[in-house]
Parts: sequence; C-alpha cells; structure tokens
Amino acid sequence: MQTTSFRTEHLSVFYGQYEAVKNISLNFPEQSVTALIGPSGCGKSTFLRSLNRMNDEISQAKIKGRIWIDGVDINDPSTDVIQLRQKIGMVWQKPNPFYKSIYENIAFGPKYHGIKNKKQLDEIVESSLRKAALWDEVKDRLKQSALSLSGGQQQRLCIARALSVNPRILLLDEPASALDPVSTSKVEELIVELKKELSIVIVTHNMQQAARISDYTAYFYMGTLMEHNETEVIFTNPENAMTQEYISGRFG
Amino acid sequence: MKAKLTDKIATFFIVFFALLIVAVLVGLIGFILVRGLGYINWSFLTSPPQTIRAGGGIGPQLFNSLFLLVLTLIITIPLGLGAGIYMAEYAKPGKFTSAIRLVVEVLSSFPSIVIGLFGMLLIVNLLGFGFSLFSGAVVLTIFNLPLMVRITEQAFRSVPKEQKEAGLALGLSKWKIITSVLFPVALPSIVTGTVLASGRVFGEAAALLYTAGMSTPRLDFTDWNPMSPTSPINPFRPAETLAVHIWKINSEGLAPDAAQIAAGASAVLVILVLAFNLFARWIGGVLYKALTASKRMG
Repeated sequence: MQTTSFRTEHLSVFYGQYEAVKNISLNFPEQSVTALIGPSGCGKSTFLRSLNRMNDEISQAKIKGRIWIDGVDINDPSTDVIQLRQKIGMVWQKPNPFYKSIYENIAFGPKYHGIKNKKQLDEIVESSLRKAALWDEVKDRLKQSALSLSGGQQQRLCIARALSVNPRILLLDEPASALDPVSTSKVEELIVELKKELSIVIVTHNMQQAARISDYTAYFYMGTLMEHNETEVIFTNPENAMTQEYISGRFG
Repeated sequence: MKAKLTDKIATFFIVFFALLIVAVLVGLIGFILVRGLGYINWSFLTSPPQTIRAGGGIGPQLFNSLFLLVLTLIITIPLGLGAGIYMAEYAKPGKFTSAIRLVVEVLSSFPSIVIGLFGMLLIVNLLGFGFSLFSGAVVLTIFNLPLMVRITEQAFRSVPKEQKEAGLALGLSKWKIITSVLFPVALPSIVTGTVLASGRVFGEAAALLYTAGMSTPRLDFTDWNPMSPTSPINPFRPAETLAVHIWKINSEGLAPDAAQIAAGASAVLVILVLAFNLFARWIGGVLYKALTASKRMG
C-alpha cells in the first residue's frame, strides 16, 4: 500500500492584517482520522482550506510556514496545484454536486485527468460509489440528475466524487452537519471505513462525532492550537482546562 | 387586525399592477395582430415591396431582419460571453475593473441614433464598409454588448461558489471549471440575455437607417454565393430591415396600400419576436438538458 506523510509546520494564515491561524504545527498520521474542533471562528476551517490551497481564491489571504505532503512543500511555486489537489479530496458542509448526471459527477474528474476508456470510467464510477456506500441506491439511475438525490445521498455522492481521482488525503468540513441523523450515521460509518485507505482530516462541531470517529483530536481556540492528542486522551483527560470546558459544553 | 388589513391592501395593489401590465401587453399585441393579420399571406411574406403600385410584399425585409439577427449574434455572443466571463471570474477588483464597468454602463445608456451616426462615420464611411448588413451588425453589437456582458457576468456570479470549489478540489483548471461546471448552471440566464438582445435587433430602426441602409438590392434567392451583390447572404450589401421598412412606408410610402402594409409588417414583426423568443428558449432547454441531465431548465 502507498503511504503518505502529511503535516504542517509553523503554519499561519492571514486575511489582510488579521491572523486567522497562528503558527500551527500538526502531523496527520496515515490511516487515521484527525478531528479539528473548537468554537466558531477559531480558525479550524481556514486551516483546513489552506491544506489544499483553497485560500488561493481569496486574494487577501496569505500563508506563512509550510505544508508538507510526501516531502513536497505544497505552496512552493514549483508545485503543480492541479496535481496536488488530485491527491487531496475535499467535501463541504453543504452538498455541492455538479449540475450533471450522477454518473458524470463521478466520471468528470477522472476524465479530465486523462482516463478516456469508457469501461475504465464505468469501473471508477462503480467503485467510487461503492466506497461511498451509495451504489445500491443509485445504480439504476446513473443517468439522472445528481440534484434529484436527497441531501444525504448528495453528500455521499460528493464523497464518491472526491474519491474518484484516487486521493491520498480527504478533507471534510463539517460533512454531516446539514444531514439528518440517519444520513449522519451513514456518513460516519463511511469515514471509519475510508480511513483504512486514506488520511482523513475532519472539522466538526459535534463533540460526540469527534469522539466516535476520530483517532486524534486537535482543539483550536482563537487561531491557536491549544491541544493535540489521541482522541481518547482529549476526551477523558485533557491537559488544558479550556479543552475540558469546551468538550464538556460549558462554552463555545 | 391592522397588519392583516395592510397586507390585504398591499396584495391588492401588487396583483392590480401585475394584471395591468399583462393587460397592456395583451392589448398591445392584440391590437397589432388584429390590425395586421388580415394582410398576411404567402405572397405578402415572400414578394418584394412596390414603390408606387399596390400589392407589395415584405419578403426581402423579412429575410434581412433574420439574417441581420444571425450576423449580430455571431459577433455579440462570443464578445459578450468573453467579456462577461472576464468580469465575473478574472477581473480583480480595482480601478481598471471599475473603469471597464463604467464604460459598459455608459455604452448602454447611449441613444441609438447617436451610435447609428457614429457607425456611419466610422464603419460606413471611414472604414469603407458602406451601407451594409455588416455595418448594421457591428452597430447593433455596440448596443447589445453592455447587456450581454452584464447578464453573463451576473449569470456566472450567481452560480453558488461551492460549485467552483468542488471543481478546484478535484484538480480541474479554472478554464475547465468555467466551461464545464459554471457555464451549464449559468446557461438559462444567458439564454434570457440573448433573447433580450435579439428583441432589440428586430426592433431597432434608428441606428440602422445610417448603417444597414434604407434599401435592398434586387435579391436573387437562387444565388447563394456570399460574394455576389445580388445574393441574399452577402453580408456586405445594403439591407433594409422590417423595422426600418415599417418606419419608411409610414413616413414616406407612396403605395396606395402603405397603411395596410405597415400594419401587416408590424404583425409579422411581433410574431417574429415571439417566435424567436420561444425558439431560443427551446434551444436553451435542449442544451441545458444535455449539459446537466436535468429535465427542465431553470
């Protein structure tokens, strides 16, 4: 199996003068889920977005420090951002399938990256949908619009789409917060299944969710990394009093 | 109780004004059609006009209007899409972008007769294209460009930004995202924009007087060589459009049935605009369906 090393080193993100993420060094181990938790506005989503250079689109955003993937600094001018983003899949809070058929949603990325063979594309579509536990529900209507799916199905479709280009890392920005409990538990099961093959970084506001599915937890507050440890330790015996207060719901 | 009453009064006025607008529109179209439909027949639609005798038709003018529309759209759509996409996706906020936006706004508020005169000086005389379909199409493009640019820009801006992010995260290039992810979503608005622009092409008379001209050479509809002066598809021949023709026979028509011809031509023009509107929506719908796998546009 392929291995991937993934970490940040003294990473700061600025929006103009404002420092949204302050000097964060974090390592994301292989085959594990790292949960980023913290009150709204603590910089965890900004941090997540900088990991696949989504902040490039925001003209005032500036990055200091480094993000290493397999020994490559992703912000180095010589790094090919298109190749980089193939290695890193991302799923957002709000399902955002393309306005295309279910099949096209999955096949679109691989096609763009050079796979033209119809049979090979069919296989990618099926395996991606199977990995996202959606295949049985949609196999008879692949030609229908992705927008005809329910919210939970759309979100799993987005996960399948992210998997279609065979990424090594999956970034999830509150992927279940807009879903009903049944869909949420499906997505959670999926995450636990997927970590066998990938490193997963998930931002979540749901403490139970972080406790259920993550192996490591990082607590952010006001742009600073307050505490980072194995999830079990964070939730049972945190070092920092503020972490304790946040996870027990006393503030945030 | 008071809130309820206010709500009722407000609803009444809103519905009243909506119905008023519909009534005005229906009345106007009905009036034009009732007055003109009686004169429309096959020979009216196909035969050339008569100067002094009765019984003239509007064949060449009808063809000119349609052909001018095609020429104008060929120029307007690529320019408008290009500029609109630039403004929505590439232009960085700043002085230069605001300057472009100002120019576009100013352009859209120019009186058509002024643009017509400008077209005559520059395109017809100075550049030597003469009174021609091409000159007319360029001038109409000047009108329609601001509309097209603004509608394209807004159509692209109104696509949820999550669509773009999804494309970026898959490792798609910006251009691929624009053409394959954003464009299908923006398409219904762009079709509406094109329909509006086309309505102006059919209806414009003032600017065309000085550019496409007020006469049409004797056309030979069997001659499809675009360079031949009698060919209907030669873009460098003068061409009187339907709207210009209506204006001309109303103001200086010598034929005894000028009023009837004007009425008939007006009805044809209205039908043409309606038919094109439906046609463009149909094309847009087919395209949207093909691009997005959805059943209906919008």
